[in-house]
Amino acid sequence: MGKVWKFGHDVDTDVIIPARYLNSSEPEHLAAHCMEDGDLSFAPNVKPGDILVAGKNFGCGSSREHAPIAIKACGVEVVIAESFARIFYRNALNIGLPILECPEAVAGISAGDELTVDLKSGQINNLTQKTVFQAHPFPPFMQELIKAGGLAPYIRGRKKNG
Amino acid sequence: MSMTITEKILANHAGLDEVVPGQLITAKLDLVLANDVTAPVAIKEFEKFGSDNVFDTYKVALVLDHFAPNKDIASAEQCKFIKEFALKQDIEHFYQAGRMGIEHCLLPELGITLPGDCIIGADSHTCTYGALGAFATGVGSTDLAAGLATGEAWFRVPESVEFIFKGTKFQPWVSGKDLILYVIGKIGVDGARYQAMEFTGEGISALSMDNRFTICNMAIEAGAKNGIIAPDEKTYKYLKGRARRSYTSFFSDEDAKYANVMEFDVADIPLQVAFPHLPENTKDVEAASGVKIDQVVIGSCTNGRIEDLRIAAEILREKQVHPEIRLLVFPGTQAIYRQALKEGIIDTMVEAGAAVSTPTCGPCLGGHMGILAKGEKALATTNRNFVGRMGHPESEVYLCNPAVAAASAIRGEIVHPKEVL
Repeated sequence: MGKVWKFGHDVDTDVIIPARYLNSSEPEHLAAHCMEDGDLSFAPNVKPGDILVAGKNFGCGSSREHAPIAIKACGVEVVIAESFARIFYRNALNIGLPILECPEAVAGISAGDELTVDLKSGQINNLTQKTVFQAHPFPPFMQELIKAGGLAPYIRGRKKNG
Repeated sequence: MSMTITEKILANHAGLDEVVPGQLITAKLDLVLANDVTAPVAIKEFEKFGSDNVFDTYKVALVLDHFAPNKDIASAEQCKFIKEFALKQDIEHFYQAGRMGIEHCLLPELGITLPGDCIIGADSHTCTYGALGAFATGVGSTDLAAGLATGEAWFRVPESVEFIFKGTKFQPWVSGKDLILYVIGKIGVDGARYQAMEFTGEGISALSMDNRFTICNMAIEAGAKNGIIAPDEKTYKYLKGRARRSYTSFFSDEDAKYANVMEFDVADIPLQVAFPHLPENTKDVEAASGVKIDQVVIGSCTNGRIEDLRIAAEILREKQVHPEIRLLVFPGTQAIYRQALKEGIIDTMVEAGAAVSTPTCGPCLGGHMGILAKGEKALATTNRNFVGRMGHPESEVYLCNPAVAAASAIRGEIVHPKEVL
């Protein structure tokens, strides 16, 4: 169960992690400044298991992988958005940050709501408003990739087992 | 089967006769590039893959341009880490201060981005090389690491959208920057999400290579996977004596399928200014007239080429930058810098009261060399005006072409160039 942090449309990667902090790629350093230019209260107060919900085109702008790394290092369980920018989408999966596209859910979730999300089935349960939404679940290999922590550990694991 | 230029390049690099939008393919890469912000993450991931050597030492470019010349100790550590990797791996195209330029100005200039190429870069503005008729797209560091290791990347073949520019009667001072800002204003920052933006028509043919680079550079600001312009005589002239490899030109078939086709008459497009805080907030320059600014930036991978500097110098000649304004100029590469020196452009600018820097991405992304204080406003020839992009989260960035930037630096507020001439 996680608490919702809600943002609007076109949240860009400069808001997710401002370039002034890109002189290091350490996850803890990036997490400390995550969403800083959008909501100063986010980084100090976000708890492991919390959920980030946003409008269309989340993660637009720069290709910096530091953006999903920062969100993941904050302990965010999943990002739910109406849609994702192309590079952010690939980056999130590659580093093992779960993301779901579900416009209906975004419309039916408010800041502070408590949710449970089942990544396997794609079901989003809004406990606060007592509503349920269905996102497209990821195919099994993608779920394994996320579980492994991203593309590199996934490939290494397969090499070991293969 | 009929295909677009983007589909043909992807099919060619996937070893297939044809591809269709939505198809997942694995393509061979002609160039893999990263900068001082994205390369450290990519190198660490590359090492996690368990790879010893990059796939081809000639097909990797590492350009230290974002926070370089090193702005602080942490940035210096990142650059040092990349340098050690580049030397160990014997990377052919490793560039640091002195030979470095802004990556998307530098690599075409060096003749290593060519028509028909398939290129990935850990920098979103990698789409710039589409101006040469290449498929080039930005990726994150992990995708780049996989490219470094294998020389391949997987793609979902994008749908193409054609943007036809009719006519050649451009309004005075209108450039490639205005065309692309106008399009982004029409379709929005996600208007071409996941798609290929193909720019055609006599309006595009009439533009110089520098202007074409500017247009393809900002395809990402509409969410596109790539921007592309088919090669023509101007492209071949640009490549003559420059191209380091042989290359193949691809062209869209007459009956190629597009998800959408949009037509514009270039005569209808006025000088554009994008208001904070999204590149889609575009207006006619007249609507921005009178906005007071604190800083003007001319440069970046969008507008740091010789023609951009020429236009700015033409306006600044025998004039003075407004005393309340800081005008910062960033030539895109050392070669552009030297050319500007030879033509007297740098002298004109310094005489006018501009600060001219060695090439760097610098203030474009709020890195260094021109950060804004709280409440300050900048007018810039760069590509993004997001919240906090050039400094304090409560600062503002307006985007425009080099002519509007130079004229506004003289006036101290945003103006049409005709107002100062």
